[in-house]
Amino acid sequence: MTPAPDLTISGSATIDDATLFAPLNLTLGAGQWTCLLGGSGVGKTTVLRLIAGLATGATFSGRITASDGLPVPERVAYMAQDDLLLPWANVAQNVSLGASLRGEKVDLDRRNRLINRMRLQDHMNKKPPELSGGQRQRVALARTLMEDRPIVLLDEPFSALDARTRADMQELAAEALQGRTVLLVTHDPAEAARLGQSIVVMTEHGLTPCDPPHAPAPRNVDDLETLETQGALLRLLREDAA
Amino acid sequence: MKYFSALAATLFALVIWQGIVTLTGLPKFILPGPALVAETWWQNRWLIAEHTWITAIEVVIGLACGTLLGVVTALQLANSRAARVLVQPMLVFTQALPVFALAPLLTLWLGYGLWSKVAMAVLIIYFPITSSFFDGLMRTPPGYLDLARTMQASKRAVLWHIRIPAALPSLASGMRLAAVYAPIGAVIGEWVGSSQGLGYLMLLANGRAKTDLMFAAMLTLGVFSILLHMIIRRATARMAGEMR
Repeated sequence: MTPAPDLTISGSATIDDATLFAPLNLTLGAGQWTCLLGGSGVGKTTVLRLIAGLATGATFSGRITASDGLPVPERVAYMAQDDLLLPWANVAQNVSLGASLRGEKVDLDRRNRLINRMRLQDHMNKKPPELSGGQRQRVALARTLMEDRPIVLLDEPFSALDARTRADMQELAAEALQGRTVLLVTHDPAEAARLGQSIVVMTEHGLTPCDPPHAPAPRNVDDLETLETQGALLRLLREDAA
Repeated sequence: MKYFSALAATLFALVIWQGIVTLTGLPKFILPGPALVAETWWQNRWLIAEHTWITAIEVVIGLACGTLLGVVTALQLANSRAARVLVQPMLVFTQALPVFALAPLLTLWLGYGLWSKVAMAVLIIYFPITSSFFDGLMRTPPGYLDLARTMQASKRAVLWHIRIPAALPSLASGMRLAAVYAPIGAVIGEWVGSSQGLGYLMLLANGRAKTDLMFAAMLTLGVFSILLHMIIRRATARMAGEMR
């Protein structure tokens, strides 16, 4: 893995000549979690998909660059709200999907270590329909880690989980993805306040940076400053909607 | 319970059948009753078995060839836009032609033997297999394709590891349909020109006013089709994701 770079995306996007987002400039700090918070339809997922090099249906004019000058899309690992586990493949096969798709030999030691780390060792041979939502998302996280990329893009990966599982997953992901340049797209102010080392609110008027709490992420759910930040973020989101 | 209801439905049908025969008093060369048909079936069991065997061979070879051909076509269509533009309309057109009209042609080209019937069976199942598998291949959940793209997967790897497995349930439903259609194709082929098979036996019996034998052959064909469908259903259960 190359060291995690800074990532800058600057430009605007249109869909059929209608503006999706006006010119914006977003920098993801090297080895940091940046939370991009916004309501539905403001184009935050489009930003993430542009970085990943995925089809968006929008026309983007601008640049996406990494501070080390190397290409971006091939150094990206991607995790979505839907865990995207293949239902016909077992846990182990899902975790090593990337290697299979590239025709590479699977590093079994590494795979097994990751599966143990995600506490999935008893489920190695199970198929996704036999797992709980939290377990499935842990498999998806193991698959993301297996890719070992310096840039990780998370598109609301925890939003379909129940509150307790979500809090667990947030901590697990924060710990596991340390040192990588992470973009977390979310509509949940509480999640942004817990995890962001840098927090940006995206509205139709553009980006508003917000100060993250001082405590190191992942912050405790009942940390006062974190709760205050959560409130401030929610206020920002609501002001925009008004 | 399942067997009980099947048994009850069969009994019910037999009662209705016998009821019609008794009430109308139709002569047995018009409508033979169930008892007579059963008796005829038993007397001619070896004859019927022999012809069933022929039809079964035609159907099984037809199913295998048609499935193979349909799978290959669907893969080509899914893989190439040019193939879709050139071949798809033709595929739909062949489906619009009545198979009855093609049967004499096939007999002319392939002769009175096995292969013209196999060709009929292939022709009749080719479209359902191709179109169901093709639809499955084109409807891969887009999230899987996004994920594969971020993993730098080749087109071939995506096809093999994601699109084909994701399309197997669709192929399974196509094959289940095919199991019902294939015997129809073979029998049509036999009607047009043959000297063996259940279709031939039905025509022969009908021509000689042996309506009871014709019924026996027809019911045998029905039972054969149901059995075939059950076998294919079971064989494709894994593909369809019913045993996951």
